[in-house]
Amino acid sequence: MNPPLVIDVRGLTKRFGDKTVVDHFDIAVPRGAIYGFLGPNGSGKTTTIRMLCGLLTPDGGEGQCLEFDVRHEAPRIKTQVGYMTQKFSLYEDLTIRENLDFVARMYGVTDRRSRVSRALEELGLADRSGQLAGTLSGGWKQRLALAACLIHDPKLLLLDEPTAGVDPKARRDFWDEIRRLSKAGVTVLVSTHYMDEAIQCDFITYIAYGKKLIDGRATEIPTMVGLSTWRAEGANLVALEAALHNQPGVAQVARFGSALHVSGTDADLLETTVRRFEAEGGQRWSKVPAGLEEAFIYLMAGARDNFSRDAA
Amino acid sequence: MSMGFSISRFLAVLLKEFIQMRRDRVTFAMMIGLPIVQLMLFGFAINADPRHLPTLVEVNDEGPLTRTLLAGMETSGYFDFVGQVRGPEAGAEALRRGEANFVIVIPDDFARDVVRGLSPSVLVAADASDPSAVAGAAAAMSGIVSNAVAQTLTGPLAQAAGSPPPFDVAVHRAYNPEGRTSTNIVPGLLAIILSMTMVMITAVAIVKERERGTMEMLISTPVRPAEVMLGKILPYVLVGYVQTAVFMLAAFAVFDVPFTGGFMAFFYGFNLFVLGNLALGFLISTVAHNQMQAMQLSFFTILPSILLSGFMFPFAGMPGWAQTIGTAVPATHFIRLIRKVMLKGAGTIDVSPELAALGVIVLVISLAAMLRYRQTLD
Repeated sequence: MNPPLVIDVRGLTKRFGDKTVVDHFDIAVPRGAIYGFLGPNGSGKTTTIRMLCGLLTPDGGEGQCLEFDVRHEAPRIKTQVGYMTQKFSLYEDLTIRENLDFVARMYGVTDRRSRVSRALEELGLADRSGQLAGTLSGGWKQRLALAACLIHDPKLLLLDEPTAGVDPKARRDFWDEIRRLSKAGVTVLVSTHYMDEAIQCDFITYIAYGKKLIDGRATEIPTMVGLSTWRAEGANLVALEAALHNQPGVAQVARFGSALHVSGTDADLLETTVRRFEAEGGQRWSKVPAGLEEAFIYLMAGARDNFSRDAA
Repeated sequence: MSMGFSISRFLAVLLKEFIQMRRDRVTFAMMIGLPIVQLMLFGFAINADPRHLPTLVEVNDEGPLTRTLLAGMETSGYFDFVGQVRGPEAGAEALRRGEANFVIVIPDDFARDVVRGLSPSVLVAADASDPSAVAGAAAAMSGIVSNAVAQTLTGPLAQAAGSPPPFDVAVHRAYNPEGRTSTNIVPGLLAIILSMTMVMITAVAIVKERERGTMEMLISTPVRPAEVMLGKILPYVLVGYVQTAVFMLAAFAVFDVPFTGGFMAFFYGFNLFVLGNLALGFLISTVAHNQMQAMQLSFFTILPSILLSGFMFPFAGMPGWAQTIGTAVPATHFIRLIRKVMLKGAGTIDVSPELAALGVIVLVISLAAMLRYRQTLD
């Protein structure tokens, strides 16, 4: 039995002037899922998230978010959503406690004092609660922002590139927290550029130029993209990489640590090419299952072409 | 469900605004210091009826009449004699260089011609490049001359001088008997100070939220537009009260400006005016994209408040189009109101035209601001 959908929206469209930023976008997010939102810069991720939480009025589309109508019941949706903006958007000239207190008041949190104190304890900022938020480092600002959007125990978390500019340790802690919340039944929609974060999502959608290119379970995406991948290890990889470009069947060549991953959608053609290079010797070749990372590099390459066409 | 106006959310915005105001020491100091500094600058430095103007004399007839005349000029307070000149070129040169504002030429045989009834002319050459600076002094001259004549020529000589009869220029300065500029400037200045701070602070306070991105967080919460608007505006109404109290105390203590009218007339007008300025600030914040633009737009609206409101130049003397613009400026009506109340002893009934005009302006600006305000980022 499928869990109920927390977000179920079809045909979501937003235009700024004559530019269509989000174009007939469908999204269905089951309860408790971590839903990854991927795509290059300017692809409409932020605009979509803003429409879902009522900050922007959609020009088209319909559906429900938390069982409320996206177009007409934004105020009701807001009470159950925690939205973390891309840029730190708490008050830098208020202290940590004052910020949490303010947000708690905005949501009419009952038992506010103890809720704020508990949040400060969990953050590990109880002894620094009188510090101005503007004086915190990037990682701490991010943790504070997350604590602020959790203060009213929302059912849905919308996180817009929450880990941009945050160090790896803080990112890891952040994702531990996200998984813990997901287990507790909170639905999380998170946009990101990081592959290691995308892999941690249950579902992924990839958007470019306002249009959805693909969506599905994170584990199924590589199969859906339909890449087959060969791995080459050994010497002279730089020369090999150059030689492989534009060979029949080779869609992309990407460096993975000390190896090259060569991928293409036409498995037979790719294998013929690979066998030819293998015969020349020098590298060890092996067929590997295509991962998310190859899939997204492939999708992003497509989006880049899209971009240059658009710019021309 | 809390879909209506929530007092607690409104109070939260209000409280936050006060905390931020307290933390921003420079702005806070400006809000309190500005009225005092402006009052001192305008009250003391700007004087449309200046006295002790440097004056040179060319005396071609030394005698008791001349001495009395010069003494009379000196005691009038307008003229400070800084020296003597010889010949018209020397006098013209001194004026050109700005060494003196006036050159007084007493003609040859001045006393004799006066006695003979020939009405000789005392030449007053004035540096009229700043007309208002010398107008008062020049106007006082004829009175001083006839006084001197009357004092010196007594007995039978007075008869001689009296044909044609010595006339007296009576200057009656209603509502400001001493002709002090500060009495005229200070009440109007309150309007200018309130315009400057109220409009700018409100506009910047809201644009700042948008520029820093905090507006996005704020409107992602269930907060309603009215809660944001009232919560952000009310603290500045209070600032307006404090500014006015500081200003009034200084006006009474330092400049001894009277307050002869009804307090309620002032109170109604004052609140309407503050409200209008805050609404204007709010309107500007819906147009400006960043704090710099908000400042510039605010400044742009302050210019007509200073120049076309009757604060600096008499309203009646302005051309028709300028009066039209001036009529749309809230400061124009508030300045009229406050001058009527403070100087002419007006009550609420007397200032009803101004109250009505202010009311209409407040209504129009508020309506425009409400229509432009967006609860979304569209």
